[in-house]
Amino acid sequence: MYVWIWHHLPGNLALKIVEVTALLIVVSALLLFVVFPWIEPHVPFTRGGTVNGQ
Amino acid sequence: MLDGTDTQLDPGPPPESPAVRSAGRRARMTTGDKVRFGLRGVGQTLITLGLVTLLFVVYEVWITNIFAHWRQEKVHTQLEQAWQDGIDPLALPGGNQSGIPIGEGIANIYIPRFGRDYHFTVVQGTDDASLSKGPGHYVGTALPGEVGNFGVAGHRVGKGEPFLNLDHLRPGDAVIIQTKTQWFVYRVIGNVDKGEAGLSWQDLNGVPGREIVDPSAGRVLAPWPDKPGSPAPPTYNRYMTMTTCHPKFTAAQRMIVHAQLDATLTTASIGPSQMPASIQALYSAPGL
Repeated sequence: MYVWIWHHLPGNLALKIVEVTALLIVVSALLLFVVFPWIEPHVPFTRGGTVNGQ
Repeated sequence: MLDGTDTQLDPGPPPESPAVRSAGRRARMTTGDKVRFGLRGVGQTLITLGLVTLLFVVYEVWITNIFAHWRQEKVHTQLEQAWQDGIDPLALPGGNQSGIPIGEGIANIYIPRFGRDYHFTVVQGTDDASLSKGPGHYVGTALPGEVGNFGVAGHRVGKGEPFLNLDHLRPGDAVIIQTKTQWFVYRVIGNVDKGEAGLSWQDLNGVPGREIVDPSAGRVLAPWPDKPGSPAPPTYNRYMTMTTCHPKFTAAQRMIVHAQLDATLTTASIGPSQMPASIQALYSAPGL
């Protein structure tokens, strides 16, 4: 999968490194600011320190 | 034909272009090649999933703190502004709490044991959205200073982590609640001479300073803590209860700290709220 992406990036080695870095930043930002906040309510171990049965 | 003319030597088939060559190779992929290809894909997927999980942990302990800090700043500013405008979210017609919007700031909390820089604006409500702004007041439990049990929940790790160090509280430690017109000083219950061990000591109503409970233990929020169904006790009946997750990184249990109202200071609210000298003195208390 990653070899395929590398192979299909335009440009020489230097340009490819820049492109990979940019891709990593974009994917990380997408995960950190969009995907994770969205799935968080459904993850079992992020409760707020509350007791139930009040 | 041997007639002296040069016969053009057959150059043979044209050299294979790389595309044709690899197509030929792909067509001749062995089972072994397929297995290796599949395993490589599985390996890459697992590593990717591992990295994403790692990134999620980074998110929980770092990114959520950044968001929460921003939300807490907003809520704090809104409350201070409301006080300056003469509005008290806790001044309810007929004392009815249901008039307080969920997620709205109601009071400030200061805990000298956690340092001079520690302060949070407590919001009304304990749902996820409210707790992402700061500590939250359990709806229906007493308000600050009232008879009964003023219940406050807070995150332990991430999302601002207001109660990260709840385990550092010792018997007698001050927990300060500031409203528009009053300062309340609650003190953690327990035997002050015994340090952390003194937290298991119970007051005259049978309430300990600290207990570790199941997440379902709503009894700790009862008007008489740990005695659900009973009204508040006849004396020493102005409790405050703080709840958070325990152990630190899991939600398996809850850490509960109980405190009793020790002093009330009524101050006229003029302009930006200043901490009265007697409250400031609590930061110089011996043993901190």
